[in-house]
Amino acid sequence: MGNLELLQIIWFILIGFLFTGYSVLDGFDLGVGSLLPFLAKKEEEKKLLFKAIGPFWDGNEVWLVTAGAALFAAFPYAYATVFSGFYLAFMLLLFSLIFRAVSLELWGLDEKRKSFWEWAFVIGSFLPSLLYGIALGNVVAGIPLDKHMDFTGSFFTLFRPFPLAVGILGLMAILLQGGTYAVMKSSGEVRKRARKIVNAIWILFLILLVLCFFIAYVYIPGITGRFFMWFSLIVVLVSWILLKIFLNKGNDTAPFYMSSISFIGLWGITGAVHFPNLVKSSNNHSFSLTIHNASSTELTLKLMFIIVLIGMPIVMAYSAYIYKVFKGKVSIEEKEY
Amino acid sequence: MDPVMLSRIQFGLAAGFHFIFPASTFGLTLLILILETLYLKSREEVYKDSSAFFVKILGLVFVMGIASGVVLEFAFGTNWAQYSRFVGDIFGVPLAAEGIFSFFLESVFMSILLFGRNKVSKKVYWLSAFLVFFGAHLSGLFILIANSWMQTPDGFKIEGGRAVLTSISHAALNHSTVIRFIHSIIAGWITGSLLAAGIGAWYLRRKLHVETAKVCLKIALIIFIITSLVQLLTGHSHSVQVGLTQPEKMAAYEALWQTTKGAPLSLFGIPDESRQKTYLFVGVPKMLSFLIHFNFNAKVAGLNEFPKDEQPPVLLPFASYHIMIGLGMLFIAISLLGAYLLMTKKIWDARWYLLVLICSIPFPYIANEFGWMATEIGRQPWAVYRVLKIANAASVSVPAWQILFSLIMFAVIYIFLLWVFIYVLVKLIKKGPGEVSEGY
Repeated sequence: MGNLELLQIIWFILIGFLFTGYSVLDGFDLGVGSLLPFLAKKEEEKKLLFKAIGPFWDGNEVWLVTAGAALFAAFPYAYATVFSGFYLAFMLLLFSLIFRAVSLELWGLDEKRKSFWEWAFVIGSFLPSLLYGIALGNVVAGIPLDKHMDFTGSFFTLFRPFPLAVGILGLMAILLQGGTYAVMKSSGEVRKRARKIVNAIWILFLILLVLCFFIAYVYIPGITGRFFMWFSLIVVLVSWILLKIFLNKGNDTAPFYMSSISFIGLWGITGAVHFPNLVKSSNNHSFSLTIHNASSTELTLKLMFIIVLIGMPIVMAYSAYIYKVFKGKVSIEEKEY
Repeated sequence: MDPVMLSRIQFGLAAGFHFIFPASTFGLTLLILILETLYLKSREEVYKDSSAFFVKILGLVFVMGIASGVVLEFAFGTNWAQYSRFVGDIFGVPLAAEGIFSFFLESVFMSILLFGRNKVSKKVYWLSAFLVFFGAHLSGLFILIANSWMQTPDGFKIEGGRAVLTSISHAALNHSTVIRFIHSIIAGWITGSLLAAGIGAWYLRRKLHVETAKVCLKIALIIFIITSLVQLLTGHSHSVQVGLTQPEKMAAYEALWQTTKGAPLSLFGIPDESRQKTYLFVGVPKMLSFLIHFNFNAKVAGLNEFPKDEQPPVLLPFASYHIMIGLGMLFIAISLLGAYLLMTKKIWDARWYLLVLICSIPFPYIANEFGWMATEIGRQPWAVYRVLKIANAASVSVPAWQILFSLIMFAVIYIFLLWVFIYVLVKLIKKGPGEVSEGY
């Protein structure tokens, strides 16, 4: 194996790492946003939840921006194919993210349209949570491509059963992140509601997982031979069971960590099933985009690897610091900031 | 409609809307850093109050910047797929580096600025102000590296139908990177400082928050005076760079149809592209030759030197370039007046001058937009100068109606957001320092 092949594998893993980081971190604020109408009834309760995610959501979203840009730099052909192919879906995603990004700030500042911004936040959280999984389901299941790597399907190609199932599974994982985060950060009524919601989603998560697994088993040949897939699946299931055990014990922080681990496991399964593909072609196997035919050159991959090796440890260090500064349950009484 | 033209309009709209916010951020983070430094040294509450006030405004600017910036990050893939494939080996790197080195830094420490005043020590708070300042400017550097590479590409070769990186330093520090960075950052400092000076002036005219307003006005005005003067030099150097490395763009800026020895510097005119003529031309003889080559009789290339299908349009680059320079001259006039009034201490009673400052707040934004229009339209018909034409850069799998749809959506959303932004900004200003609501 040459340097280029090794770097291509490393970058497959690193792109996965960046998307995993995004899912786990932005997952909890997307989840809280999607569940807001069920979690909070009173004004102060909403304020409390906004306060719980306020210092973090923008840093979390940087993971998405960075993952997207890293995909552009490391696998430009995959970036180009997916983003132009899923044009309308991505526009819908972008409109959601625009409104979501401003809604938290404007909820507090633009009192005239308070309820408008609240709903912008809820819908702007819910739609991306669903669309991410659908997009992922499509690249894993395969989309129609021509020999120039361009998407030849339509908007509705994206909503086939398997991608939809993956979309809903992704949504459940994000809701589980949001629900367990709410349990960890809140108290009183909100915490009670969050616990109920987590209990319900906990079951749905397993149903969707089993469903996705069986469709994938039927339609994607050879996946059962992949060791890492089985390992990741066990990680998902064990953390899923532990989540419930901790929740029943009244532990408020561990369920969030269990939910996070199971999310990481989901990405492990995806990576194991999908490797070495980036975007599968559904019509002609030789049109698929893989880490070999879609990557940048050795020099660029190496440069990017150095950037990540220097940059990401620093990022993770000060991210850990900020989570420490704002740790613990939030309360409305403290008027510190 | 032509999908390429639609994508160009959409990208121009998205980038033009976005740049309102980073430009403000450059100036505001500088001002906040200065205020926090003064507070750390003197422990005087007035600096803390002023800083807290501008942090709140920065918070608003910041989320608008995120919202509009995410769009740009993905716009290359959605609308410019062929471009992305062609340049990905080079162009994606600065974007990814921007995320890793700048965006994380900015957003994490922005949270400390916004919510952490009482949760961290004074020194850590100051450090956060510094890191937000640093992150914002570093992000500017990365994105301008990317843009400069499109203007004056270097450090690459064409291989297998794409541009391949050969030299990191040549690609990053190509012929226009450094000067473009300095010129853009200073444009941002002008923008943010005039915004802050205008707000201070507004309070002083209404006799509100007088002590804070005086401090803010003075600091902001000093930044504005220095930067608007320095911008004359950087603007000149940037133009010389364009004249030397992108001669057809300079010819379009100056509506220089024919190659001329001792070319005049145009001050006014109405270029007519179809007749290759400039109506009502007013210019300084031989000045363009002198400014670019330091020689009154030097030859400056006209548009006739270049193949018809490689010439940029003239009217828009000419007009936007001249509007930008005209506004730059206006800033110099305002800053010289301000310097005089500051030194003679007459400024606090010069109500007319305070009004001038308030009314001038939008002008740097307009100058920024026109500067970028001149730069980007002047690069046409190229996406990457003399390497890849814009017509070969667009996505082929996206039908025109979808782009038209998204374009209309962006237009509606951005007009609405701009309106809300100004409305909330004015509300924050009216509430004033010390009485700023705590948000959620």
